[in-house]
Amino acid sequence: MYQYDQYDQAMVDARVAEFRDQVERRLAGDITEDQFKPLRLKNGLYLQLHAYMLRVAVPYGTLSSRQMRLLGDIADKYDRGYGHFTTRQNIQYNWIKLEDAPDILADLASVEMHAIQTSGNCIRNTTSDQFAGAAADELVDPRPYAELLRQWSTFHPEFDYLPRKFKIAIIGSETDRAAMKLHDIGIQLVKNDAGEIGCKFYIGGGMGRTPMIAPVIGDFVPPLQMISYLEAALRVYNRYGRRDNKYKARIKILVHEIGADEYRRQVEEEFAHILTLGLEPPAAELERIKGYFEQPGFVADASDDLDLSDPDFALWVDQNTHAHKRAGYTIVNISLKPVGGIPGDASADQIRLMADLALEYSFDELRVTHAQNIVLPHVKKADLYTIWQKLDAAGLANANLDLIGDIIACPGLDYCALANARSIPVAQKISTRFADLGRQRELGELKLKISGCINACGHHHAGHIGILGVDRKGVENYQLSFGGSEGADTSLGTITGPGFNEDGIVDAVEKATDVYLAQRTDGERFLDTYRRIGMAPFKEAIYG
Amino acid sequence: MVDQTLRYRSDEPVSDPAVTVDAFADQSNATAVRIEPGDDARALLPHLDRIALVEVNFPVYGDGRGYSAARILREHGYAGELRAVGDVLLDQLSHMRRCGFDSFAPEQPISAEAADKAFATWPEVYQKTVDGRPAIWAKRHPA
Repeated sequence: MYQYDQYDQAMVDARVAEFRDQVERRLAGDITEDQFKPLRLKNGLYLQLHAYMLRVAVPYGTLSSRQMRLLGDIADKYDRGYGHFTTRQNIQYNWIKLEDAPDILADLASVEMHAIQTSGNCIRNTTSDQFAGAAADELVDPRPYAELLRQWSTFHPEFDYLPRKFKIAIIGSETDRAAMKLHDIGIQLVKNDAGEIGCKFYIGGGMGRTPMIAPVIGDFVPPLQMISYLEAALRVYNRYGRRDNKYKARIKILVHEIGADEYRRQVEEEFAHILTLGLEPPAAELERIKGYFEQPGFVADASDDLDLSDPDFALWVDQNTHAHKRAGYTIVNISLKPVGGIPGDASADQIRLMADLALEYSFDELRVTHAQNIVLPHVKKADLYTIWQKLDAAGLANANLDLIGDIIACPGLDYCALANARSIPVAQKISTRFADLGRQRELGELKLKISGCINACGHHHAGHIGILGVDRKGVENYQLSFGGSEGADTSLGTITGPGFNEDGIVDAVEKATDVYLAQRTDGERFLDTYRRIGMAPFKEAIYG
Repeated sequence: MVDQTLRYRSDEPVSDPAVTVDAFADQSNATAVRIEPGDDARALLPHLDRIALVEVNFPVYGDGRGYSAARILREHGYAGELRAVGDVLLDQLSHMRRCGFDSFAPEQPISAEAADKAFATWPEVYQKTVDGRPAIWAKRHPA
């Protein structure tokens, strides 16, 4: 994992001091709430329905056990004993006092963490593949590039007041596990026939009220020009992105309105100019960062043998582990989706337990996933049973990864000031309706995603089944959609028809799964069946 | 207005009124020009040698186009005064300075002491811009 040097540490320390000063000025009444708002937002501090919410950055979703343990301690000390892992690989605390916020940032800085640019119209925390450095199908480890991005985007002076927020994801596998094409910029590290690494830039994707899949803008940008290309792409957006309407201000609207070809032309023109300025960190800097992401000390002769005689353990292994690049090792997914639970929530004790497991069994590393789960990336298969027992005792052995119980949901109207409807109770009811694990496994991979408003933090557009909460004349109403997907086959969901109330949406989801079970052919997932037979049979079952 | 301007240059201030970008092209004797957020700073590039003052207006602090305008001018060699005017707030000064601004005329006055403190916010910087400060990567890898 990357470790701060004195420069990195000085930057987060400076931020803590700056924010402490800003909070003091606010509490003393020297600045108004209007003036304070953009300042606190740049430190991830939102004023929500009931309290302040603090969003802590987890750069490219990677954590050490020490960092994870502190996240648990913060939950105990400053919140109500819980943390909430988000679809952007971050963690949020929902019950924060303004006067505590500078102390929390100071605690975070003590373990090389921060809340920098987790809100506001700036470049947000870069996300990545949660299996980076571990997955069997990886072409290039994206983490060194993600760290380069983290540093470049931190306190970038030109891009702090963009037309709208800006999200970058970077991956290095053919399999896209980071919904890369649904970001403002998605970077895929690829190799050409000569074996050279290049950055493929997808620009202008996004969810929200106008979901769009990003077109390819840069085909093969050399890694040592990645920052310069980003400077160019962002500058064109900063200058020409719409500022007259916040709902049309994301870069996807600019790219859509002027067209990918014209946007590309402008970026290339700016890129040619930027290249003359020498803004790019040198190769030695990328090499220095790469040094922190060497493979951990894997045991050469680790065994692939597993005793699967315990049926519950066998189910969990089958569902929640993923192929590792090294023989004898595996990737463990810890589902934060217990039956009837709040997706992404973990108690302070659970967070600390996961930290302990990472320290003992996963080379001191954890990842947060955009599906609101936790990953132990480097686990020896011989340790799996012990890990599973410890997880099980803490309520963390939910064997439902990528099944219908593994629901993504935003905080919704229970917490969020922007929401139109509650998301959590709907997630809990669906999770409870499909509590039986055998039934979930029968349904197979089924990604269900719930957003409590059009901003789509719950990624409903990309759900095989998507649910969007809206406000209909003061009553919560839920729209249903099918056919969304992220990854290589990225697609956007289609709305089924009129919406439902809270219980009606649960029934509708169940009817849809019945149609799938009746119509599927061998090996088809829900998504495949929907794509083959279309909406009509589902509509008939749901509304007929 | 003049006494509220924070200025970090040793030359004499320009007394000419700043004209709009459109008017500037037609006034061959004008030495001061004012950029609005929607103006293309590149339109000034052919005339940089006769400009002594560029004012970049920030009607609202959240409109960040002026940061790009400033950098573009500096990147193309503009050496005259570059002044941020309008809704310029204390907490924005350090970023503006990094983008090449060297004078500030905020609507709400900012004391010189407060401004100095703001400029000192960041002990280091991650990016190379036009302010001459070495980026952290340059310090890590001295040539």
